[in-house]
Amino acid sequence: MLNAQPLRILIADDNNTDRMILAKIVSRMGHEVLSAKDGMEAVARFREEHPELILLDALMPNMDGMEAARIIKKEAGDELIPIIFLTSLADDAELANCLASGGDDFLSKPYSRTILEAKIGAFARMRDMHKTLKTQHDQIALHNQHMLREQKVAMEVFQNVTQGKKMSAPNFKVMQSPFAIFNGDIVLTAYTPSGGMYVLLGDFTGHGLPAAIGAMPMAEIFYGMVGKGFTMREILSEVNLKLQKVLPIGFFCCACMIDMNFTEQTLEVWNGGLPDCFLYRSKNHSIDAVASTHLPLGVLGAQKFSDNTEVYQLEQGDRFFMWSDGIFEARSEDEELFGEERLREVFLQNEDTSLLFDQVKQAVTDFMGESLRDDDISMAEVVLVDLETLGDRQVAYAGSSLVGPTDWKVSFELGVETLKAFNPLPLMVHNLMETPGLRRHNTNIYTLLSELYSNALEHGVMGLDSGLKSDAAGFAQYYLKRTQAQTELEEGFVRFTFTHKPNKNGGKLVIAVDDSGPGFDYVSKIDVALEQQKGFCGRGIPLISNLVDSVVYKGEGNSVEVVYSWTNNDK
Amino acid sequence: MTVLSNPSADGNELTIKIEGRFDFSAHQEFRDCYENLGKDPSEYVIDMQSTSYLDSSALGMLLLLRDHAGGDGSEIKIVNCNDDVKKILTISNFEQLFQIQ
Repeated sequence: MLNAQPLRILIADDNNTDRMILAKIVSRMGHEVLSAKDGMEAVARFREEHPELILLDALMPNMDGMEAARIIKKEAGDELIPIIFLTSLADDAELANCLASGGDDFLSKPYSRTILEAKIGAFARMRDMHKTLKTQHDQIALHNQHMLREQKVAMEVFQNVTQGKKMSAPNFKVMQSPFAIFNGDIVLTAYTPSGGMYVLLGDFTGHGLPAAIGAMPMAEIFYGMVGKGFTMREILSEVNLKLQKVLPIGFFCCACMIDMNFTEQTLEVWNGGLPDCFLYRSKNHSIDAVASTHLPLGVLGAQKFSDNTEVYQLEQGDRFFMWSDGIFEARSEDEELFGEERLREVFLQNEDTSLLFDQVKQAVTDFMGESLRDDDISMAEVVLVDLETLGDRQVAYAGSSLVGPTDWKVSFELGVETLKAFNPLPLMVHNLMETPGLRRHNTNIYTLLSELYSNALEHGVMGLDSGLKSDAAGFAQYYLKRTQAQTELEEGFVRFTFTHKPNKNGGKLVIAVDDSGPGFDYVSKIDVALEQQKGFCGRGIPLISNLVDSVVYKGEGNSVEVVYSWTNNDK
Repeated sequence: MTVLSNPSADGNELTIKIEGRFDFSAHQEFRDCYENLGKDPSEYVIDMQSTSYLDSSALGMLLLLRDHAGGDGSEIKIVNCNDDVKKILTISNFEQLFQIQ
C-alpha cells in the first residue's frame, strides 16, 4: 500500500539485521532503498545518488550519525533533505544533540511500521511544500533582478537626459542629492537668445521608468525650443501637452520654471505644484514667496492649461531659490520635518548673501543628521548679476545646415490675429538664421527683433505709454494693461522687412519695421530716452542703438529702420 | 493605513475614507473601492478626517479616480482635510479639479 509518491530513501545503520529489517519495510511501501553501514558510507552515497530522505542511526563506527547529518545538511544547502534519526537513546540531551546536528525527527527502536509510514508521508509533504516555496522564491528573485536592472537602465537614461547639459554659470548654483535623481527630480538650464536664462526644476511622481519616460521629451522640447527663441510660456505649454499625452493618468511633474532677463532685469516665474519659491531681495533682505498657482505639468489638456506667469522687477544681487518638497520634508532622527520656518530662519541669520545657498544646504544636512536615508532634495539658486559678471554665454542654435542664402529680401506682415495670439519671433529668427555666418549672431538679432517688435506692438499698435513703467507698481500695472489690450485688439499690423547683402567678410542686414499706430514725436523723445537708461522704462531704444550701426525713425514715427553690419570675426 | 468605502443606500454616492498615511501602499485598496461596483456612483466623497499624510502617489490615485468618474464631468468632494493634507492639495492646485471642503 502506497499513499505517498515513491521516494529514494537512504538507510544508514551499522547493525546488519536492523538495516535489513528496515530496508524490507521501506521497500514494501514502494520506495527505492539505498543502504550504508556507517556515517562515512552514508555521506558517500548521499553525494553519489542524491536520496530524498535519510534514515540515520545515531551511533555508528567510523563516523557517527550526528557528524554525517552535519555534513549532509551543509552540502544540501537550500534543498530540504529530511533526516530521521534511528535511535535507542533515551537520554534527552543525546536526543537534543541529534536535532542540533541537523536531524529533523527521531524514530525509536523497535520500529513501528505505522509510525514510520506516517513520518515518511509527512516529510514527503514537507519536501513538496518546500520545493514549491523555493520555486516561487527563485521566480521572485529573478523578477526582482530584472526589475533592478531595468530601473538601473531607466535611471541611466534619466541621468543622460537631465545631466547632459549642466550649465556652469557664475550666477547659478544647483544641488541634487543622489536619491533625488533616482526619484525623478530634473533640473534644466539654458541661456536664451534674448539674453536671458531659463531654469526649470521638476519633480516627477514615481521614480525609475515613468520619470525617465517623461524626462526625455521634456528635455528635448526644452532645449530645442530655447534655441529657436520660444518664450518660457510657449515651452511650458508644449511640455505640458507632451507629458499629458505620454504619461499615464496619475503621473505628472511638479515644476517651476523661470526666465531671468539680465538686460531688462526682470524675473518671470511659473510654479505648478512645487512648494513656495523664495525671491530674496538683496536691498532689504526680505523674502517674496512665490507660491504655486498652477496644477503640475501633465495633468491638464491643452485647452485648460494655464501658462500665466508672474513678472518681478529685480535689482542687482537679488536671488531666486527654487526647490523640491524634499527640503521641507527632510526628516531629523526624531522624525521631525525641517519645514518652512527653519528654512526662513537660515535666511534671517544670513550675513553674507553669497553663502546663502551653502548655508541652506548645511542647515538641512545638519538637521537630518544620521537619518540621511530620506535624502531627496533638489535645489537651485539664480542670481541677477550684470552682463559682465555673467561673461560669455553660449546659445545653442538648433539649425544645422552649412550653406544658405546670402543675398535676399523678405517681408513679414503680421495681422491682428497673429498679434493677438502668436509670438512671431521664432519664425522670423528661424528664417534669418538660414543665412550662413549670421546664425552666430542670433543673440543680437533676437534682441533686436524682440525690442523692435515690442515697441511696435505695445507703443505703436496698442498705444501703451512706457512712462507707466517708471516705478515698481506701474510696472506690474503696465503688464496687466498689455495683456488686456492684446486680448481686445481689433485691428492693426506690424510689418518687418529684412534686406540682406553679403560683403567681403560678413554682411549687412537692414531691418525696417512699420506699424499701424499713429507714431510718436521721435525727435524730442529719443534723446531723453538715451539719457535716462537707469529707470524702469525707456531701455529698449538705447539697447538697440548699442547693437547696430544706425537707428533711423521716419515719417510719423511709426516707421523705423536699423542697419546691422556683421563680420565672421565677431564674437 | 486602511481604506474604507461606504456606498449610499441608492448607490448614487460613494464615500471613501482613508485612515493613516495615504501613499502608494493604499493603491490597490483604493482602486478596489470604486472599480467593479454594481452601479457607478454619480458623486464621490473622499473623507480625509483620519488621513495623517498624503504623498504625490496619493495625488496620482486621486487623478485616477477622477478619470474613472468621468474626468472633467466628475463630481468628487474631498472633505475634512487636516492642515498638512490641505497644504499638499493646495500646492498642487488640486482645488481646480476637486471640490475641497
